[in-house]
Amino acid sequence: MLELKNLCLEIENDNEKINILKDINLKFKKNKIYVITGPNGGGKSSLAKTIMGIYKASSGNILLDGENIADLDITERAKKGIGFAFQQPARFKGIKVNELINLAGGDNKVNTCKLLQDVGLCAQDYINRDVDSSLSGGELKRIEIATILARNLKVALFDEPEAGIDLWSFNKLVETFEDMNKNKETTIIIISHQERILNLADKVIILADGRIKEIASKESVLDKIKKNDNCRCGEICQKGGTF
Amino acid sequence: MLDELDKSMLSQMSGLHELPIGAYNIRKNGEKAARNTTANIDIITKKDKPGIDIIVKPGTKGESVHIPVILTQEGLNDAVYNTFEIGEGSDVLIVAGCGIHNPGDKKSQHDGVHEFFVRKGARIKYVERHFGEGSGNGERVLNPKTIIEVEEGGYAELELVQIKGVSSTKRDTEIKLHKNARAVVSERLLTYKNQDAESKINVEMVGRDSSARIISRSVARDESKQLFHLNMSGYERCRGHIQCDSIIMDKATVQSIPKISAFHSDSQLIHEAAIGKIASDQLIKLMSLGLSEKEAEDTILKGFLK
Repeated sequence: MLELKNLCLEIENDNEKINILKDINLKFKKNKIYVITGPNGGGKSSLAKTIMGIYKASSGNILLDGENIADLDITERAKKGIGFAFQQPARFKGIKVNELINLAGGDNKVNTCKLLQDVGLCAQDYINRDVDSSLSGGELKRIEIATILARNLKVALFDEPEAGIDLWSFNKLVETFEDMNKNKETTIIIISHQERILNLADKVIILADGRIKEIASKESVLDKIKKNDNCRCGEICQKGGTF
Repeated sequence: MLDELDKSMLSQMSGLHELPIGAYNIRKNGEKAARNTTANIDIITKKDKPGIDIIVKPGTKGESVHIPVILTQEGLNDAVYNTFEIGEGSDVLIVAGCGIHNPGDKKSQHDGVHEFFVRKGARIKYVERHFGEGSGNGERVLNPKTIIEVEEGGYAELELVQIKGVSSTKRDTEIKLHKNARAVVSERLLTYKNQDAESKINVEMVGRDSSARIISRSVARDESKQLFHLNMSGYERCRGHIQCDSIIMDKATVQSIPKISAFHSDSQLIHEAAIGKIASDQLIKLMSLGLSEKEAEDTILKGFLK
């Protein structure tokens, strides 16, 4: 289980301190899917990066199966079983798709062809290609997700995995999350705004302005979204207010 | 005869553990150490200067020529002039390169001039690997000059690699392309400590519909210095692309001086150059897979120079 206790993240920008995450308390259970959603700039990606160790929490604890990992670096957290699929994956000149996925697998025996199929890519077309600018954003994104599937993780974090992925592959992606959830030891945390991803959630966490606004069932969140239709102004519009 | 040190150097240069199959000429400490010719590939010692003529008969396909140079004596200044006549319609692999093992404190140097005539419709892949080693403080200097003329419909692919341990190098590559001829140059260069490297690549596309691509990648570490002059000129309807990427680390310096010149309105020439540190998103991604920062850095550099 992953537990965040009084987690805060503060960064300095132009000598000004900005509180990105404010007193976050959350529990993530094994074999569950959590979707974190909320407005842009609300702290969703920062929270995921703080769990991975990319950002160092200014205070609070991150407990993985009871062990506080808040002071561990990225590598140590990865070795403890935390993985992160980046919203904008890195490109590597000279590193092939097969090599990257095998690096991700570490000591695990990896079936690269199967993993590429799982993310909607034909293995023979991609396995020997460089992970560089010759790949489109969507292709790169799917390879990024394959690097997470290659690992035997306790906590798998996905930052907007659907962004840049076409509809057919998106269907495949949804199936992939469902399959991944069959592993009883893995907690899946997805940052997303997509209704079909929200539909996978055991719990939806709404984060805004660096705080948890609500932890709710998917039904209740989807219901609210539908009522608001496509308008992001929410209550202000409903009340006839102006900006 | 080759001793264990020679075999080790051959292995690093060209992956050979024994004498190669096919045509070869192994030069050791300024002298011929071994040679083999085939029915289609002849190797003749030059009479007017040190070096050899390699003559590939027209239509020869699927054969290879290995011409490694090994220097194991300190204080040696070896110079060699090799000429390659690649017959019409042939398709061959040429593996060259030089390894210097300098056990002493005196400078060891090898200057090699390779001149290629790639005849009509012929194809070559030329692989040149350089490296230095040895326990002494003596400099290990390698100065290769490669001149290639590709006739109509010919193709030349060059893989130029400096692996490690070369104190100083001045690389000079000149390519002239005739009608429908094509060249692809892939350069990989690593310098560290106080090593310095200078690479000049000059491509002239004089024939209609000729094309060229140069991909130069380098890594400069410690206090090493690198200087690149990449020059491409189009005199006819042609296409050319230069891509020059360098990773700079520590206190190293890298200068990249591009030049593209069009002397015909249908010349399409592109130059891309970038110098920078290892991107942090690359390091973070690999660390998030469980690699240490050092392992991540090594993996990125190894891939970049592959």
